[in-house]
Amino acid sequence: MSRPIDVLVLGGGLDELVAAGRLARRGRRVVVLVPGQELGGACVTEEFAPGFRADTVRLDPGYVSPGLLRELSLDASRVSWADGGVTALARGDRERPLYLPPDPAAAAQAIRSRSSKDADRWTTIAERLARFANVLERIYLKPAPLPTSRAAGDVLDLVGHALRVRGLGRRDMIELVRLLPMPVADLVDEWLEDPLLQGTLAAAGLADLQQGPRSGGTAFVLLHRQVGRPAGTVRGVPVVRGGLGSLAVAAADAARRHGADVRMGAPVARILDGPDGAEGVVLMDGTELSAKTIVSGLGVRKTLLRLADAGRFDPDLLHAVRCIRHRGVRARVLLALGEAPRFRGVDEAGHRATLSVAPSVDYLERAYDAAKYGKCSGEPWLEAVIPTLRDPEAGFAPPGRHVLSVAVQYAPYALRGGWTGRAREDLGDSVVKILGELAPNLPGAVLHRHVLAPVDLERDHGLDEGHPLDGELGLDQVLFMRPVGGWARHRTPMRGLYLTGPGTHPGGGVAGMAGEHAARAILADRR
Amino acid sequence: MTGRYDAIVIGGGHNGLVAAAYLARAGRKVVVLERRERVGGAAVTEEIFPGFKFSVFSYVVSLLRPEIIRELDLPSHGLEILPLESTVTPLRNGDYFAAWGDPDRSRRELHRHAPKDVEAMESFGRLMHHMAMAVRPIIGMVPPDPTSLGLRDLRGMLRLGGHLRGLDEKNVHALHKLMTMSAADFLDEWFECEPLKATKSASGIIGTFLGPRSPGTAYVLLHHYMGEIDGAFRAWGFARGGTGAVSEAIAGAARGFGAEIRTEADVAEVIVRGGRARGVALANGDELRAPVVVSGLDPARTFLGLLAEADVPDDVVEAVRRFRFRGSSGKVNLALAQAPNFPCLPGTGPHLRGAISISPSIEYLERAYDDAKYGAFSRRPYMDIVLPSMIDPGMAPPGMHVMSIFVQYAPYRLTGGWNDAQREAFGDAVIETLAEYSPNLESSILHRQVISPWDIEQMTGLTEGNIFQGELALQQLFFLRPVPRWAHYRTPVRGLYQCGAGTHPGGGVMGASGRLCAGEILRDRR
Amino acid sequence: MLKTTPFHDRTAPLCAGHAWRRWAGYVVASSYELTHEREYWAIRSAAALFDVSPLYKYLVRGPHAARLLDRVVTRDVIRCRVGQVLYTPWCNAEGKVLDDGTVARLEPDLFRLTSAHPNLRWLHQNAAGLRVTIEDVTERTAALAIQGPAARRALQRATDADLDGLGFFRLTRGSIRGLPVTITRTGYTGDLGYEVWIDAEAALRVWDGIVQAGTPVGLLPAGILALDVARVEAGLILVDVDYVSATHAVIPEQLSTPEELGLGWTVSGDKGPHVGQEALRAERARGPAMRLVGLEVEWESLERLHAEAGLPTRLPSAAWRTSVPVYAEGRQVGYATSGCWSPLLKKAIALAHLEPAHSAPGARVALEVTVQHRRRQADARVVPTPFFDPERKRAKILREAVR
Repeated sequence: MSRPIDVLVLGGGLDELVAAGRLARRGRRVVVLVPGQELGGACVTEEFAPGFRADTVRLDPGYVSPGLLRELSLDASRVSWADGGVTALARGDRERPLYLPPDPAAAAQAIRSRSSKDADRWTTIAERLARFANVLERIYLKPAPLPTSRAAGDVLDLVGHALRVRGLGRRDMIELVRLLPMPVADLVDEWLEDPLLQGTLAAAGLADLQQGPRSGGTAFVLLHRQVGRPAGTVRGVPVVRGGLGSLAVAAADAARRHGADVRMGAPVARILDGPDGAEGVVLMDGTELSAKTIVSGLGVRKTLLRLADAGRFDPDLLHAVRCIRHRGVRARVLLALGEAPRFRGVDEAGHRATLSVAPSVDYLERAYDAAKYGKCSGEPWLEAVIPTLRDPEAGFAPPGRHVLSVAVQYAPYALRGGWTGRAREDLGDSVVKILGELAPNLPGAVLHRHVLAPVDLERDHGLDEGHPLDGELGLDQVLFMRPVGGWARHRTPMRGLYLTGPGTHPGGGVAGMAGEHAARAILADRR
Repeated sequence: MTGRYDAIVIGGGHNGLVAAAYLARAGRKVVVLERRERVGGAAVTEEIFPGFKFSVFSYVVSLLRPEIIRELDLPSHGLEILPLESTVTPLRNGDYFAAWGDPDRSRRELHRHAPKDVEAMESFGRLMHHMAMAVRPIIGMVPPDPTSLGLRDLRGMLRLGGHLRGLDEKNVHALHKLMTMSAADFLDEWFECEPLKATKSASGIIGTFLGPRSPGTAYVLLHHYMGEIDGAFRAWGFARGGTGAVSEAIAGAARGFGAEIRTEADVAEVIVRGGRARGVALANGDELRAPVVVSGLDPARTFLGLLAEADVPDDVVEAVRRFRFRGSSGKVNLALAQAPNFPCLPGTGPHLRGAISISPSIEYLERAYDDAKYGAFSRRPYMDIVLPSMIDPGMAPPGMHVMSIFVQYAPYRLTGGWNDAQREAFGDAVIETLAEYSPNLESSILHRQVISPWDIEQMTGLTEGNIFQGELALQQLFFLRPVPRWAHYRTPVRGLYQCGAGTHPGGGVMGASGRLCAGEILRDRR
Repeated sequence: MLKTTPFHDRTAPLCAGHAWRRWAGYVVASSYELTHEREYWAIRSAAALFDVSPLYKYLVRGPHAARLLDRVVTRDVIRCRVGQVLYTPWCNAEGKVLDDGTVARLEPDLFRLTSAHPNLRWLHQNAAGLRVTIEDVTERTAALAIQGPAARRALQRATDADLDGLGFFRLTRGSIRGLPVTITRTGYTGDLGYEVWIDAEAALRVWDGIVQAGTPVGLLPAGILALDVARVEAGLILVDVDYVSATHAVIPEQLSTPEELGLGWTVSGDKGPHVGQEALRAERARGPAMRLVGLEVEWESLERLHAEAGLPTRLPSAAWRTSVPVYAEGRQVGYATSGCWSPLLKKAIALAHLEPAHSAPGARVALEVTVQHRRRQADARVVPTPFFDPERKRAKILREAVR
């Protein structure tokens, strides 16, 4: 094809591929440059040991909307919440685990064994969370709200959001506003009395955040994580058949069907610009590609500070970009198992759910304490799934073998002393030890152990400081402040250069939505 | 004894006195009822040890609204605020970090620690000026209820919205960051100098149960700049005669306008008939009648103590119950035979006329917080130390000194509870920590008064010993302070008003709550 | 105690009136003698020696040193040759002036930047992606200015450096009393002059060397008061006096662009991207909102105003630095920010910011003056700056002619 390229899309994540598909469908000649050989960005499914595959970075893709599935020509059954419950494990064998099925009424029933007060309140809490999350969802489906904009459309959007908040009714409206800046510890303390339940719910406000449950703003993160979830699924992760990476594979297929050219193994070295803005890119191998429009999902900091000529930008903007907090705090421990782990007191459904070790608020807080001072907690918060049980058809392991995929928090990117081999092994040991106390057959079943520290995620997947969302979801880094104030609508000061990915609005909360927003911005600019 | 008044003010704390003074100034017949033998609440001066006068609790006057000083003519009632000249942060390596009154000297000191921070400080100061300008109208307004469709609330919301939309875009972004970030992260974007960041961020944790790395602690940084835009350059200072002198001056002004002030008058309850406040009943059985009753007590004692549960709607009771107090600070007052010597800055130099802050690093503060999270007082606490006698020699016998040490964290809910042994252990931890910076201190102590949050509650009545009548956390501010829908100083009981620091804009010896409350009362009963 | 400069041991005993003032956190002499008049005349008729050590000084080094400075300042640093010095302002992204100073290219990859305010953080902020090191050498480097018609003779007697071949805004190296020095033909007086840059430890010996060599040809240590008069005559602006740095400005009205400060000539039109470039291009198309001009106050008008009050016309001998309204057609059209009675020109002169419509040379305006507590308006005329611009300032010196 000799037609000049209209749009270069940098990155192979879901957002980038959705953007590519949208733009190609609107007649743009689009070339997607995927740095490596895997699609998906942080939502990637890879082989980590011979014959064993897993989602190696993120466990949870965020809200995969029916609209996105349609766009990717995927069946709605591709994403299932049937195993979206959570199995709350206590430490050691002191307490019985608590399996919370996705259905709030059934979960309430399960809670009754621990606290009848909490059981009585559970459905109310689940519904309230769902209502609040719905307000956020509606905001996320629109471009980032701009509080100072005077454009009629933006003002209308703001008014719409405000009315929706008011629509919650007096009590809920106040509750939502009050809740956003709160520490999740205070929230669960108000709502619940059972420590295991408190810890399990509180953990939802902490994922990928270098903050503890007593830190302000964590209640917001809890809400963010609720977006798009069926009421009652507070911590669980949906089953995406075939692994998270399959979404990106489908997105790439869809983009190709619309005419986009998806090139694998094409890492970008530099973004070229001229007096009129973006002009193209140079690949690592020296190839030059020209296009007036570039949309990058390679990370906000990397794109603006390293790929583009930073000298082009206002130093104050550069400073703001440099100050975006990433601070990856999650490590991944992937276990290839000779047999399925058997967690004591957990039934079959419980094994298919998300396994959580967050037995109390204090447990989480202490795990965070270590990270504050650059250490890795020996008693971290764990979140694990057994993909081979959840999605047996997908072939995550050879027949009869299993995979246990664990997310470990807090494991700070900036570990004092660095992420040495020893540090990785210590982390792996403590994970196997904690889980081994709960599933005694586990340590003996480990065929292979693969530890991915945040530095590894950075190296392997280009994730800035190993943060899977390209920036913490603090209240100060969302909505009109994501990625930085003044540039929340995917544009940059370099004409023709756009940003997408979870580092931009809506922060990975809705899968593919940042790509859709970016594509819309490009089309609106008539590029 | 019974009497007939236009208004009864419960509690002779500074906000109660301010409200009374404004009501009396408007010609109302007002009585203030104070439980203790002296007015002032937490703003009192007492001679705990012969010859040594202590500002027992609140010890610096930072935020007293200048309009109150002007309108009530407080200087003619004896108020003199002497400026605090500097803040010195001693460091463990024998060095120190200081912010001096003279800008050149401060810049040079900062340059010594982190050259780039000198420039950052200029820009930071400018930003804070803009932020203070942006926030000032909000501090000065009666919070509108965003859920209400009432005319006044809608007008208030419109005014607020208009004000915020009138701000420059960059300032809106900065304001948003200030409201939502942690002090540590916010300062990290500007500065490199660790003791500077720690000392600045310490102001963000006072009165909260948060660490400097927790979001929600940044906005208090603003308070330092609020005074400056009101024309009160270097607003941090001591009242001559101690903080009690502030209360005495306001009481004097109130009396001057005709208000009656009764001490040792313990109010047991507010008399409510038909959903309306009719007066108060004292613990000794006396009753006083008035159509307006103003409570300067904290929200817990106002709604759950002075009123019968039946008089308060369930949702308000619930909201007050979950209002967070969690006193997190204590006080150690020392009578000293001689001035303390800090080897990092030896002798009795100008540094002793300012604040001495034990806040060598953010990590130090954060570790102090870690202890408190799990129910212990900080083994190495944050301390803000002043020597009022260095500026106001009348506070101590000649050549001797009083030292006021504000200490955080000391959790109200101490594991095992506060008792004499724990209190002394807490005092010991403070002195031990301080001895690391000032070796001669311990041997100079003539008398030591240790005050835990539990003691604060016992002595002043402040629930859980919270010095601000409730944590200054974002979810407890503005129209959420103290409870939604009742942030406009009124209560569900008609005729009963609240004027304490538990209402907007909150703590510090500001007096703004008392003034705004009086304004609302006068508006309701023109 | 405030900071003292490395020359303090020499300047302190000379300061007869104990008249010190602050400059960037240092104390420097206002004048050494009881009045500054002789020091002023030294600038214009012989040579004056100033301690200018309080200037901020940075060494910018590395393969991208030129690119960094080119990114920051408005002049074209890429084309700056080794041995050349540029006077230049620099701006924020909105094109508003942050500071002004000089950039000297000492070596292909080594520059010295001088400035009035600290700029270390700003330089670092702009250094994203560049291989460059920035060193604050303010305290390590002492500086002296030797200014006046006899400056070359005075300095040449002290140094082995070849001053004759040294052109305007060029630099050379040499030694004084065996100590290495860098000499630039720059200054803040609008006269023939040099600035000498040395290690702080060498300060006193270099001072002694220059004073001993220069005194016989009329070199006199001079203070800030004399310098201030000379710089107004030279039409040179001063940050914090004639303009507010964008770092300090509280409201937009306080901001200035280079064009508004009469520094449009420093904004290179054909250089690579620099901070504020887009904004300055837009301004160039639109024209500045204000213009900095020279004002000459009509003597007769001043005399008349004083006579009406029954007073003789006596103006203070020190330059003034307060903001004074300027009127035209019955309304305020600008403000003067500094001015003086020029002892040389025998004129009252001022630097003023005027609306462009009133800023053409020859335009008639009125400057507010206070005579016996009453505010009056004196007639004034817009004139080109410098008010005083001797040929010797930039002249190429012919070896034979001077020796």
